[in-house]
Amino acid sequence: MQSDIKRLSLILLFAPFALWIFLLIIVPHAGMVVLSLREKVAPRVYEYGLGNYIDFINEPIYWNTLLRTGSMSILVTFLALIIGFPIAYYIAKIAGKRSRGALFLLCLIPLWVSDLIRAFGWILLLRETGVVSSFLLWTGAINQPIEFLYNDVTVIVGLVYTVILFMIVPLVSTLDGMDDAMVEAGYNLGGNGFTVLRRIIVPYAMPGIVSGCIVVFMLTAGSYLTPILLGGKNSSWFTEQIYDQFITRFNWESGAAFGFLLLAFTSLVVWLGLKLTGQTLANTVAKS
Amino acid sequence: MAKAKQNRAFITLYRLYVAAFFLFLAAPLVAAGSFAFNDSLFPALPWQGFTLDWFFSPNEPKLGMFYDRRLLSGLYYSFVIGILVSSLSVFVGTTNAFLFVRGSFPAKNFFYILMILPLVIPGVILGISILVLASNIANGVENAFNYEIDMLRPGIFLVVLGQFSFITTITSLVITARLRKFDHSMEEAALNLGASRLQVLRTVTLPFLRPAMIAAGIVGFLVSFENFNTTLFLVGSESPLTITMFDRMAKVGSTPVLNAVSFVLIIGSGLLALITVAVQRDKSSG
Amino acid sequence: MSTTDEYDLECIGVSKNFSSVRAVDDVSFTIPKGSFFSILGPSGCGKTTLMRMIAGFETPDSGDIRIKGNSVLNTPPNKRNVKMVFQHLALFPMMNVYENIAYGLKCIGTDKATIESKVRDVLERISLPDVAMREIHQLSGGQKQRIAIARCMVLNPDVLLLDEPLGALDLKLREAMKIELKLLQHQFNTTFIYITHDQSEALVMSDHVAIMNEGRFEQIGRPEELYHQPATAFVAGFVGDSNRWSGVVASADAQTLEVTTQAGLTLRCVQQAGRALSAGQAAEVFVRPEFIRAERAGADLAEQGDQNGLDGTVDSVLFNGANSRVLVRGPSGELIEADVVVTGGQGDLRGGDKVRLSWPIAQSMCFAG
Repeated sequence: MQSDIKRLSLILLFAPFALWIFLLIIVPHAGMVVLSLREKVAPRVYEYGLGNYIDFINEPIYWNTLLRTGSMSILVTFLALIIGFPIAYYIAKIAGKRSRGALFLLCLIPLWVSDLIRAFGWILLLRETGVVSSFLLWTGAINQPIEFLYNDVTVIVGLVYTVILFMIVPLVSTLDGMDDAMVEAGYNLGGNGFTVLRRIIVPYAMPGIVSGCIVVFMLTAGSYLTPILLGGKNSSWFTEQIYDQFITRFNWESGAAFGFLLLAFTSLVVWLGLKLTGQTLANTVAKS
Repeated sequence: MAKAKQNRAFITLYRLYVAAFFLFLAAPLVAAGSFAFNDSLFPALPWQGFTLDWFFSPNEPKLGMFYDRRLLSGLYYSFVIGILVSSLSVFVGTTNAFLFVRGSFPAKNFFYILMILPLVIPGVILGISILVLASNIANGVENAFNYEIDMLRPGIFLVVLGQFSFITTITSLVITARLRKFDHSMEEAALNLGASRLQVLRTVTLPFLRPAMIAAGIVGFLVSFENFNTTLFLVGSESPLTITMFDRMAKVGSTPVLNAVSFVLIIGSGLLALITVAVQRDKSSG
Repeated sequence: MSTTDEYDLECIGVSKNFSSVRAVDDVSFTIPKGSFFSILGPSGCGKTTLMRMIAGFETPDSGDIRIKGNSVLNTPPNKRNVKMVFQHLALFPMMNVYENIAYGLKCIGTDKATIESKVRDVLERISLPDVAMREIHQLSGGQKQRIAIARCMVLNPDVLLLDEPLGALDLKLREAMKIELKLLQHQFNTTFIYITHDQSEALVMSDHVAIMNEGRFEQIGRPEELYHQPATAFVAGFVGDSNRWSGVVASADAQTLEVTTQAGLTLRCVQQAGRALSAGQAAEVFVRPEFIRAERAGADLAEQGDQNGLDGTVDSVLFNGANSRVLVRGPSGELIEADVVVTGGQGDLRGGDKVRLSWPIAQSMCFAG
């Protein structure tokens, strides 16, 4: 009887999980792949084939956009890591006990503010009539207003800004668990600052680094608001192409193909990252 | 001596860097929030003086956010969606936590990876895949039975499903982490003191999980509230706030009323974040 | 074995396997009313499994467990009147002291007024009358210990199980709690079953101790019986300190026997009723340090016929007040411990001294090896 109850409760617990994963993740994605393999040959007449993907390959704008999105996302991830790591290390290891909590909270609050508002803030700062331009005019450094928006540098700055906290938070929690004695022992055994960083701190923080990088990369590659708002219509971000196909052109088949390509591309990058660093999804993303 | 001096210089530089970073972090938020109080028709310098019109003025052209129908209805829909999503995802997150911490079944690791997966799928793709499925079902039913299922057309129901599909991963991870810390002997102790299985769950296990459930609920609510990418594809006529604001920004051009909304949202999410931290740092963490 | 209710707890031929590992192997014992009974054994000997079976968290594969004469095998854990103090106490951190103690009473639906008076009463009895409204994390280690006991005792259990509850305390508090526990047991006059791997806890507190090893009970007895008349080599080695030699029985008669150790030493022992050894058998000899007399060689030693003796050199003196010892290097290179009195005067033994060790043959405990 005891084992019957156990089995019943296992089934009851498994049901919501299965419904969720199956109905909202697996089936929709399978459906998207099927849709991407369908072509409209005439009104209400469809054919299955690789036509949507062939269109993608034949149109350089499409795959250039995907490559551009991918390479800029990798750059953003790298920048977020380089900029964020010292901050995370400072919060976890150098700041005093009281200021640590406060600093961490300061990091958390912007994290919960919508991307939209953050991008809006940047627009107010950087546009031609914005704060930075006005300030520079006032100091006399420039003599006519400058437009800082709608270029790649701004898009990258905006993206780094949007995602960097997703890098810092897992890094802080990993570094927090590191015993200070490990760093001291490293120095004690004759290491200098750089070797201690390279041989002790970075390997220890690796799960946090990988976790942060995965999340940041996925968020960047999948972001829509920041490139559109800061980069303007010419930002050429791949999610825009998807939106364009779906909503503007109402060409769902090719939109689905683009969606699948984005998913495959990002999954490939994440998979490569995990392989190269010898980590798994379960001990990185799940822990943050 | 020289080394100590060099060290101190390094620490000072380091501190400056951290300070600069936080300035970078705060600048856009401050800009977005503070123009709400500028007595001007445009969110730009120069400063024209302090006003609360962008919150409370009932008249055009400075229609305050609390009188702007569209913004208010966006806020309302965002709340409804956020509460639905967070309660659903906390419920499934809790059952998932029990499933993966307590249950033993074949291919558990595989299913665990499946559970994490939605977090690393771009939100845009979650949105379109659910849109495609729902439309296919709705079209199929319409063609076969000539019956229109409104629920499966873009609208609140689909937005809730879309957000739920990845927020559940977040809540599951938060609650799972807490349940892993639970000392199993506490349940045995309660059982030993005469409690039934249900009483144990109600009086010992769930109260232990409560801080994590509250925190997960708030996080779920905030993520839902600010979500844009997934929502964009699933939204119908009832737009939540982020979509309404985006439309304004892209089409109408921004007025300081958007700054007023930003200000309210920054303060609101800041407060909720504080609550999350406060409930998780509870006495029973040991 | 008769089933009367003069025993609070009876275990009859209880066994439990975990896959292929036999955790508890045919264990039988009875515990009379109101006694303090300890189960002592090294970690992994099956004592925790045995306790969990008594509490109902595990089901024995065979055998019977009776409480006050009635089998409880079909009683679920939350219906058994056996309460348990867990290793890490398992006090509920989200409840205060009062709610922790009232928990069990609430579960059986006791009314509020009764709960209140019972909780107050039990707090009184553990001499912590003022802590009812405290949170668990505000209590000291010793207070938590007593609250955990009170939480069980308020339910008037037939038997209270304690699973190494002192393990987490520091040494000084542990010593104090040993006495405290004994007093509490007297006060409540309830049967306590105490599980531990720490022999001093078991010996100090218990009326009876069972020595458990590899799933079996090696011996059950009063603490002094276990110490002075161990039934097996394991008990002799596990309880108390002892010097130990392995060898072969050279000759044996009804009263005494002679064992030749591997190094060629000859030790004489007294035959024990029920486990007499005969010539040619492998044997192990245990001698407790307090029975070995160490004297400077050359002094006039009147050695009686019923003494074992050997010569050695003092390797080092381990000074520990009244419990000081010397380590003596014996003739075949082994180290032998002997209790000595260190007065701080000229007569004390020092490293390098030649000594003669001797002890009565009745104190050589000999077992089949």
